[in-house]
Amino acid sequence: MLVAGLAACSGGSASGSDSTYGFPEAKQVKNSTLTVWVDATRAPAVTAFKKAYPKIKVKMVTYDGSANGSNTFKTKMQLFDRAGSGWPDVVWTTQDYDSAWASQKDNGKQAFAAQLDSGLIPSSTLKGFATGALGPCTVDGKVYCLRNDLAQNVLWYNKTLLDQFGYSVPTTWQQYEALGAKVAKEHPGYIIGTQGDPWTPEIYMWASKCQANDVTGATTVTVNVTTNECKRAATMLDTLRKDGAVPNVSVFTPGFLKQYTGKVLMMPGPAWYAGSIFQSSSSLNVPTGQLGVAAPPAWGSGKAVTGDVGGGTWFISSHSANLSAAATFLKFVTTADGYQVDLAPGYPAYSAAAKKWIAKQEGSKYYATSLQPVVDAADQIWSGWGSAQFSQEAIWAKTITPAVTAGKNIADLLPTWQTAIKNQAQVDGYTVK
Amino acid sequence: MTVTVAPSDATAVADSGLPSRPRAATGRRKASSRSRIGYVFVSGYGVLMLGFGILPALYALLLAFTDADGGFAGFTNFAKVIGDYRFLPAVGHVAAYLVVWLVSLLVLVVLLALVVHAIKVRWLSTTLRFVFYLPGALAGASSVLLWLFVLDPSSSPVAPLLHAFGFSSFVQVIQPGHLPVIFAIIAFWTGAGGWIVIMYGALNNVSDETIEAARIDGANAAQIAISIQLPLLRKWIAYMGIMSLAAGTQLFVEPQLLSQASNAVVGNDYSLNQLAYIYAFTQNDFNGSAAISILLLIVALALSAVFVTRGGLFEKD
Repeated sequence: MLVAGLAACSGGSASGSDSTYGFPEAKQVKNSTLTVWVDATRAPAVTAFKKAYPKIKVKMVTYDGSANGSNTFKTKMQLFDRAGSGWPDVVWTTQDYDSAWASQKDNGKQAFAAQLDSGLIPSSTLKGFATGALGPCTVDGKVYCLRNDLAQNVLWYNKTLLDQFGYSVPTTWQQYEALGAKVAKEHPGYIIGTQGDPWTPEIYMWASKCQANDVTGATTVTVNVTTNECKRAATMLDTLRKDGAVPNVSVFTPGFLKQYTGKVLMMPGPAWYAGSIFQSSSSLNVPTGQLGVAAPPAWGSGKAVTGDVGGGTWFISSHSANLSAAATFLKFVTTADGYQVDLAPGYPAYSAAAKKWIAKQEGSKYYATSLQPVVDAADQIWSGWGSAQFSQEAIWAKTITPAVTAGKNIADLLPTWQTAIKNQAQVDGYTVK
Repeated sequence: MTVTVAPSDATAVADSGLPSRPRAATGRRKASSRSRIGYVFVSGYGVLMLGFGILPALYALLLAFTDADGGFAGFTNFAKVIGDYRFLPAVGHVAAYLVVWLVSLLVLVVLLALVVHAIKVRWLSTTLRFVFYLPGALAGASSVLLWLFVLDPSSSPVAPLLHAFGFSSFVQVIQPGHLPVIFAIIAFWTGAGGWIVIMYGALNNVSDETIEAARIDGANAAQIAISIQLPLLRKWIAYMGIMSLAAGTQLFVEPQLLSQASNAVVGNDYSLNQLAYIYAFTQNDFNGSAAISILLLIVALALSAVFVTRGGLFEKD
């Protein structure tokens, strides 16, 4: 009885009119209130929108932004699917893999994400995003979300320290490893990176073209982490960890700050490391004029590629009763200067905004070098690492971090990592090759 | 919880079921009005148990044997969850935790209750009971958060102790092998105090004459505890065992919070209840989730049966 009741009420509501935008629309109600879900960091985006569009009624709901693999976004939407009502109109998520599930029908229920590239968002807007920025939003050639920011990895370094020690910026990972050995000998206690965070594979493995997350279709993924590409990165991490130059510590722990404040010579990591770690007064708090940035290193003579760590996305609900207002909102928060240039903490995914954002950052005189490497790195992200429905970060954190803490080598753990990814992918309905 | 109410229910039924037995009219009226009050007292609990215990359990049973479209699925859901690569590790985790926790709970609670009871200095005894009970006043989740700080060598007030054990980082403390003990310590710290107070109350029910007689016979404190107090506490210990077992198999808050606090170094699929949660809310598979719940229910019922029979919970003195 209960099952029948639930099925009946969820089946009924989704009966929309036909699909102008490529999905069954709900009945549109003019001037209806937009419900927007954001995390606390993105709340200023909503405030800025309200100021710019005072006529559109917006109700803001803050949630955890699905951070750290909490999956709140997916969990709540599935509950609304069961209830047959209650979906927010617009959702922000810190994860870049949510379109993998949001674009798909689930148990016969209409997919949550509204398709954006069939007229809902003008193609001129879509073309304005950086190359590959909408990759995580694209499933089977259709776009389901807009990227808020890019989190491309670059090589951050302390120019003052580097000059003082007489080192030069490495351009290859081989030079990077050699530098680590040198630092360990000549300046023990100083570090050139960390490997204790869940996104460690997205920095080192991705940049080495390790085939851990090669999403080839909506439900197919190729995993092969015992290749040379994976082994060389793993061995490098193992060597540098033993040297003490790249310790197994998370950058967001009090222990990291206690031990390494003032001692971070260099750190490969995402664009947002600048604001969240180096410049932040509650983190490393590097003084003005010291922080420099270089292009991501290459492996040998090959062309350098890089990875990214997150980079949030915005979704419109396919159930929204006010799609036009929702589309206006999405366009505003991803492209308008009023948010992306003036307020956004991360590197904008929308190219025009990114240019202005960089100019603004450089104008602050905080950095010791030009920020051009950050701009260039946005186009260097290796496309062989995709966005699946599961969190690579959670898998790494659970299988590799504790084992490394217990004294094992990453190079020896690669088969374990392979099995863990395969298992998780299969549970989420993927065919693994 | 069902178990505890059953005896009073049974007596209520027995009382009202025998109206024809010759009795004084007043006595009969008194008895029936008393049983009516009994029903009133039990009714609140009965309604809640029906609404939040029995009906959901029946719904879970229905879900466990059906598929997403409501068709009969036989044992498919059970086969699916048991075959899941996360299932057996989760069973192992919960089992290890239960062994560590139940054994330490049973031994330490009884021991501490006996010690507190043996203390004749009134203020000391009262203070100890208060101190034991205090952690229980913190709600579950907040006490776990408190422990997250205690266990982190970089912020812990007992950091020197952690360093002495060779732990210099949080990740070292929460290595997979340490988790059953850590969860047991957290659960003991939050839950044991209440049980110590209950055991203390039970010890107070042991008549002074019995103890006095034993003492005159030459028994020392340890002998009295082992031969007199412990056997008389048997039912209470069994009761504690059942309640703790039911709570322990449902391990959820501790690993869930630890998973978030450790950035997923402790997996969010550590315990069976977490796995059921993932099935329901991440994989959108309520049927698989229900199958795990039913398996948990069966195991908890079976183990409770052991405690009930071995502990003589329903035996009349």
